[in-house]
Amino acid sequence: MKHNIYIYILIMFGVSYLIRVLPLTLIRKKITNKTIRSFLYYVPYVTLSVMLFPAIMNAGANPISGIAALIIGIIMAYCGLGLFPVAIAVSVIVYILDKIL
Amino acid sequence: MGKKSDNKIWFIKGLKMGIPIGLGYFAVSFALGIMAKKSGLTAFLAAATSALCNASAGEYAGFTVIASDAPYLEMALITLVINARYMLMSTALSQKLDEKMKFFHRFFIAHYITDEIFAASVTVPGNLNPFYTYGMAAVAGPSWALGTAFGVMMDSLLPDDIAKALGVCLYGMFLAIIIPPAKKNRVIAGLIILSFALSFAFSIAPVVRTLSEGTRIIILTVALSLLAAIFFPVEDNTAAEATQEA
Repeated sequence: MKHNIYIYILIMFGVSYLIRVLPLTLIRKKITNKTIRSFLYYVPYVTLSVMLFPAIMNAGANPISGIAALIIGIIMAYCGLGLFPVAIAVSVIVYILDKIL
Repeated sequence: MGKKSDNKIWFIKGLKMGIPIGLGYFAVSFALGIMAKKSGLTAFLAAATSALCNASAGEYAGFTVIASDAPYLEMALITLVINARYMLMSTALSQKLDEKMKFFHRFFIAHYITDEIFAASVTVPGNLNPFYTYGMAAVAGPSWALGTAFGVMMDSLLPDDIAKALGVCLYGMFLAIIIPPAKKNRVIAGLIILSFALSFAFSIAPVVRTLSEGTRIIILTVALSLLAAIFFPVEDNTAAEATQEA
């Protein structure tokens, strides 16, 4: 490994903290630029989606387990089940399907 | 706000609210710990990272950067892009703080702006008492860091199939964050489908598939969010509603 792990972690910390502390301490007024507001609004959905798929297909031993977990997880989240039940359910699905398939 | 007794009441309320949040965090950060182990982190370093960053997706991405020994700039960029939503949350939360509140509170509250603690903090009636956030943080914070450490330590004790299945927890968490807003907002629903499709295309297409995973995430996030912002700008109240549920 060429890079220092402590520097990596410090960068993660520095950026994560600055992102949170700067708006809270500096921006006292609302952001009025509609495009910036809209951009910030859409960012989490795109990022999480891109990280989710197709990576979930490689999560289990068989791509089908991952796809099944994805579909059932979407249905559960759609029905309003929270973070904890959805997270546990998709794990169990991948575990069981990996055994069967 | 300001009365000592009020602070105590809000702190206890926060502790209670922190229990379900902390349980969820433990399961998810356990999975994150398994990922940290794969990237070569010790239990101590993984727990320290979690205590310092308080970011699920951001840490996950950070660990992939460490695993691929990518440049420091990539780490900074990916952390910035993936945690960009916290900027919006922090901005929204700034509107909930009493101007007369002691300024130093802002530095502590900021550290605990996570999807769930933010959601609970921003939805209180009137101004936020910082002790409510501290109560939640007192339970959820250590649970997040300890879960990560346990994930690293237990990975070698766990059979491979169980470790693999637990790693899927994180994807379940991502779904629980993105799907409920997509139900109410067709633009978000369409954006998720488009993101899935392009992310898949990027993973198999020549040239782009050779880019690191982190770089692909940044390119797609910036491009798609910008296009969505230009073609489907959100009204102020829409953004406020969705961040309250985030």
